[in-house]
Amino acid sequence: MSEEKGWAKHSNIVGIVAFATLVVALGLVETFQPFGFRFRDFTGGMVTFDTLIRIGILTIVVVGLNLLMGYAGQISLGQAAFYGVGAYVSAIMSTLASRHEVLPGISDAWWWPWLAILVAMLVTGAFAYAIGRPILRLRGNYLAMATLGLGVVMYTIFREGGGITGGHDGLAGIPRLSIGESFAFWPVERYYWLVWAAAFAVIIIGLNVINSRVGRGLRAIHTSELAANTMGVDTDKYRVQVLVLSAMMASLAGSLYAHFQAIVSPGPFGFVASVELVCMSAVGGMASVWGAALGVSFFFVIKEVLRARMHQLLRGAGGEHELIAYGIILVLVMIFVPEGLSFGGIKALSWLRNLAVFRRGDGREIEARTGQAG
Amino acid sequence: MAESMILQVENLRKDFGGLLAVDDVSLAVREGDIFSIIGPNGAGKTTIFNLISGVLPASGGQIRFGGRLLNEMKPHEIANLGLSRTFQNLQIFTNMSVLENVMVGRHPRSSYGMISAALRLPGGRREEREIRERAMEHLDFVGLKSFAEWNAGSLPFGQQRLLEIARALATEPRLLMLDEPGAGLNMTEKVALSGLVRRIRDQGISILLVEHDMAFVMGIAERIIVLDYGEKIAEGTPEEVQRDPAVIAAYLGTEGI
Repeated sequence: MSEEKGWAKHSNIVGIVAFATLVVALGLVETFQPFGFRFRDFTGGMVTFDTLIRIGILTIVVVGLNLLMGYAGQISLGQAAFYGVGAYVSAIMSTLASRHEVLPGISDAWWWPWLAILVAMLVTGAFAYAIGRPILRLRGNYLAMATLGLGVVMYTIFREGGGITGGHDGLAGIPRLSIGESFAFWPVERYYWLVWAAAFAVIIIGLNVINSRVGRGLRAIHTSELAANTMGVDTDKYRVQVLVLSAMMASLAGSLYAHFQAIVSPGPFGFVASVELVCMSAVGGMASVWGAALGVSFFFVIKEVLRARMHQLLRGAGGEHELIAYGIILVLVMIFVPEGLSFGGIKALSWLRNLAVFRRGDGREIEARTGQAG
Repeated sequence: MAESMILQVENLRKDFGGLLAVDDVSLAVREGDIFSIIGPNGAGKTTIFNLISGVLPASGGQIRFGGRLLNEMKPHEIANLGLSRTFQNLQIFTNMSVLENVMVGRHPRSSYGMISAALRLPGGRREEREIRERAMEHLDFVGLKSFAEWNAGSLPFGQQRLLEIARALATEPRLLMLDEPGAGLNMTEKVALSGLVRRIRDQGISILLVEHDMAFVMGIAERIIVLDYGEKIAEGTPEEVQRDPAVIAAYLGTEGI
């Protein structure tokens, strides 16, 4: 009985271990710099270590987005709103002492920013719950428009928040995260471990939810809300729950971003950011937790490669040319691999495997694996 | 008589803004019976199913299940009470395996939620094992055990119908509503289906069956009502209904048996 579910669970564990090995290896290289080599040397100077941290942070957001869009089938064109709430709550709370001299001795203690991260997640979660109930009555394009509107409203609040949010210029002087008075998760090589530990926790939680009763309920809702309902799945409740979960994940990422940049401004939390998140989700594979890391990585790496090498392809090319090339690459990916790179990769691998099996004349094994004869 | 009625529908009406799809229909299913609703296409049979299962709100009348009034309840609440159904146009979850489809059917008989799932708490993991085992049993009951890990969408049509039945059975219903389960099946498959329906009833599950195929229904139903244009035109045992002139005129007359 348990070997039958083994395949899915097995591949998840293998994936986690393999990915963790990669992440740990890269971190160790940067920390110990064997033979003077740093991460950016392996990429010809094109991709920096900082980028790996940004990838980790956005992976957290996109895992939540994949649960919402890929598994539950609920579109969100405003996910950056939750990302922003997390960042701003962390920023505001951590700078209470320095900016407003509120609660001195407490709000500048080392544990205060950690508490702020938790508070931010709860605030964002409550916020998602409050707007989720009315918004999630909508379907399809109407839901998309509502989430778009939500994103715009939050961005406007961030930008016009004046005394609270710092308006256009935002809030600066956000402290680094530390444990006790002496161990800070800084410089960058140390922050990397914190960000990726959080990313792995989120990935594992995502996988746990998907392979559970709740995950099945969500996937059922995606395909046939009617059948899900009549099989006892409370579809309204589940849709709100997955929204809240994805919002809390985005909030965590936002807090980590705030402590990384040490400054938050409205820019990274607008409509463009929400669209980029959806693109990362789609490119990586919406219905895949692994696709999140893949999609985010792809985005950043392509951007950096273009920035470094564009002028070699096209004499005198500038920022606009990079953007155009970037757009073209995205379109090509969606044309040739519409299900996303993660599934495209799986399909390619199983195509190769079937090819090998078929060559051996094991037609029956193909039938057993794919459920189709021939 | 009323004490052993698992489903009582009284004066049910459904008005689609001018189109009266169901007009003053009453029926009562005795516990342990196989009860069938027959009638030509468009007679309102599936609409009645949608009304009973809570998918559509009724315009009038009352629906009682085990004595409880179902009228204002949501579909998932009704499922939790022990009423389950299949669909005329299959609604299987093609994005999951065959076994996972049936595992969704275990929803009313399980309870662990988001937090337990996210953190893989022991209570949830234990429930998950039970869900898997019970789902496997139901797959076995309909004969699909060997297809457990197949993608549900890649099953042949006849097997997909069986899958929907297994999924509905996994909810451990007291009443199972089957909406044209034989549609699209060949003769052999229909005979097997007939046997399956009887075996389900032998487990103590009452059955409400909507069907098009006369021979199929006459062979297994204890009681039948005949609908035409949303109205009940006859009721009784298969023999009584077959002989009813109104039925013959409206339905059987053009098809024969």
